Amino acid sequence: MPTFIKRILGLVIVVFLLVAVNAWMGREGLFGFGLPYYYAEILNLTGISIILAVSLNLITGFTGQFSIGHAGFMAVGAYASVFMTVYYSDSAEQWLTSLLGATLAQSLVFLGVIIVGALVAALAGLVVGIPSLRLRGDYLAIVTLGFAEIIRIVILNIDRVGGATGFRGRVPPWDGRLIIPAYANFIWIGGFAIITIVVVYNIVNSDVGRALISIREDELASEAMGVNTTRYKVIAFVISSSFAGIAGALFGHFRQFLHTNDFQFIRSIEIIIMIVLGGMGSITGAVLGAIVITILPELLRKLPGDLYGYRLVIYSALLILIMLTRPQGVMGAKEFGISWLKRAQRRPEGDKPIGEKGVPIAQQSTSPNLDQPKEIEHR
Amino acid sequence: MDTFVQQLINGLNIGAIYALIALGYTMVYGILRLINFAHGDVYMVGAFAGYFLALSLGLAAAPSFLSLGIVLVGSMLIAAVVGVIIERFAYRPVRKYSRMTTLIMAIGVSLLIENLFVAQIGAAPRAFPDFLGSQSQLPYRLFGNAAISKAQIVIFLVSVALMVLLQWIVYKTKVGTAMRAVSFNLNSAKLMGINTDAIISLTFGIGSALAAAGGVLTAQYNPNIDPLMGILTGLKAFVAAVLGGIGNIPGAVLGGLLIGAAETFVVGYGHHIGIASTYRDAVAFAILILVLLIRPSGLLGSTVQEKV
Repeated sequence: MPTFIKRILGLVIVVFLLVAVNAWMGREGLFGFGLPYYYAEILNLTGISIILAVSLNLITGFTGQFSIGHAGFMAVGAYASVFMTVYYSDSAEQWLTSLLGATLAQSLVFLGVIIVGALVAALAGLVVGIPSLRLRGDYLAIVTLGFAEIIRIVILNIDRVGGATGFRGRVPPWDGRLIIPAYANFIWIGGFAIITIVVVYNIVNSDVGRALISIREDELASEAMGVNTTRYKVIAFVISSSFAGIAGALFGHFRQFLHTNDFQFIRSIEIIIMIVLGGMGSITGAVLGAIVITILPELLRKLPGDLYGYRLVIYSALLILIMLTRPQGVMGAKEFGISWLKRAQRRPEGDKPIGEKGVPIAQQSTSPNLDQPKEIEHR
Repeated sequence: MDTFVQQLINGLNIGAIYALIALGYTMVYGILRLINFAHGDVYMVGAFAGYFLALSLGLAAAPSFLSLGIVLVGSMLIAAVVGVIIERFAYRPVRKYSRMTTLIMAIGVSLLIENLFVAQIGAAPRAFPDFLGSQSQLPYRLFGNAAISKAQIVIFLVSVALMVLLQWIVYKTKVGTAMRAVSFNLNSAKLMGINTDAIISLTFGIGSALAAAGGVLTAQYNPNIDPLMGILTGLKAFVAAVLGGIGNIPGAVLGGLLIGAAETFVVGYGHHIGIASTYRDAVAFAILILVLLIRPSGLLGSTVQEKV
């Protein structure tokens, strides 16, 4: 089968699945079976987590730049897009509705504000990235953390987006929409999750991705080989933050309420835990981590009485346990997929040696060296 | 002028607390190149250790300098043990891995301590007993309208005493020489017959004890203590350590005092230049970013060439 037919077929199947799941979540349900709202919400939040985790993985897992500020970019995207929706989209939507009908008009407006959110977040990523990517390791981590906190505190001080009371809709002088419209549904969230995965996968498996991985493996050697490390690091950072902005835009139009408390330090940590759990440098690992970390606290809610209070303790103990026993994460740098299953069947004793035909190099030696003891640097 | 002096007193007071915590960050970073994210939580543990010590010994009913002294020393000892345990069971097993692993481990320990405390004693703030009597917040007039309270005087004196003590340990004792040797080069120190593991444990113990002292002293000034009090204070103290030059002990003290003063001045004078007092918490981070961009080695730190 030619590749483009495969691709079109894949696209059709994905769209069909998204529409079906979305209908299943709706009020009427699918064939008389509806998904309770609680589960539908968890599924939607999982989609948003996947976007966040996979995009952070591009900068932290593949490029090796430890960023603790992803929630800051998410906040920028969320507030920018919701700001546009509330104050500037009303007349545009009415005009488009008269032209194209309500559904299409809403979709176009939503797509527009998502793009705004992504662009503003990308700009924030550029502004933060250019100076901070000169720094390495711990210092970069702490600077991204600092920027995220500053972003949060600045948003907290903008009255036009609700400030400390949160952003639910228009604020005095009452000139926008009363409430944030619930544009985001599973078609949007699931669709963007898949787009994120596809885009990151293609970046990682392109020459840009090779450059990024070489930076992670050894920045000096990579620079010596002629890779413009700063440029590639900034590219990765900007792409990563624009996807965080998209996740924020979806989050804002799904929750219909924004508060800076949703974008605190702990939120960034949560995203890091997702990729650490799944394995840094593995896209499927990041997806897996996002699913587990979003669903786990909900599952732990079911714990009887006393134990319920300890769900966050279990959550953090888990993180420590993973670091102690398997610091490279569940997946390491491996990808989980059909070819992985086939390979496991063929060679149960382990992976193919590096460089063997038919196995892309990206799937082999892309481990961020987490599992190998490394000497501590000393003065 | 009066307000300026007043702001300076208040700022340096908060700064002294930041300095005490920053010392722990700087010592650990100096030896292990590890940002000990759990250090802010050890500060919280210290405050709670003091709180429960005071309650169980019945000292809350007998406010005096002696009670404060007992609680201070007791909580410092407890926190030192907590710090050593954290190092032994969380950081030592991952010390051989990459720095990202150890950093994530530190974050994990921090989350664990916070969540354990929230689950065990609840997130609601508790009132720390006031050992300095009902007069503790009553200010002594200095000159004009500037004044200093009893609690502030105690905070200044105790923190200065502890800093002098630390300086003496690090520069005048055999253990201190070993600590400096380990921070200079861990492997060479090991070859010279220094028990590096013991020295690292000791460093964690001393740093944690200083943080606990910070916790108890803060509680004399602002008696509301809660399990999440260490997050923001810890981050700011870390910024103080970076500002002064991480790994540098006098630098940490200088950084702490500067951050404390900068914060108070933003609250006091920021509105003149259009900065609302709500930006108070952003100041430390803005300073951090500026420092790292202009002079990454900090104010007193020496420039370190990165080894290949």
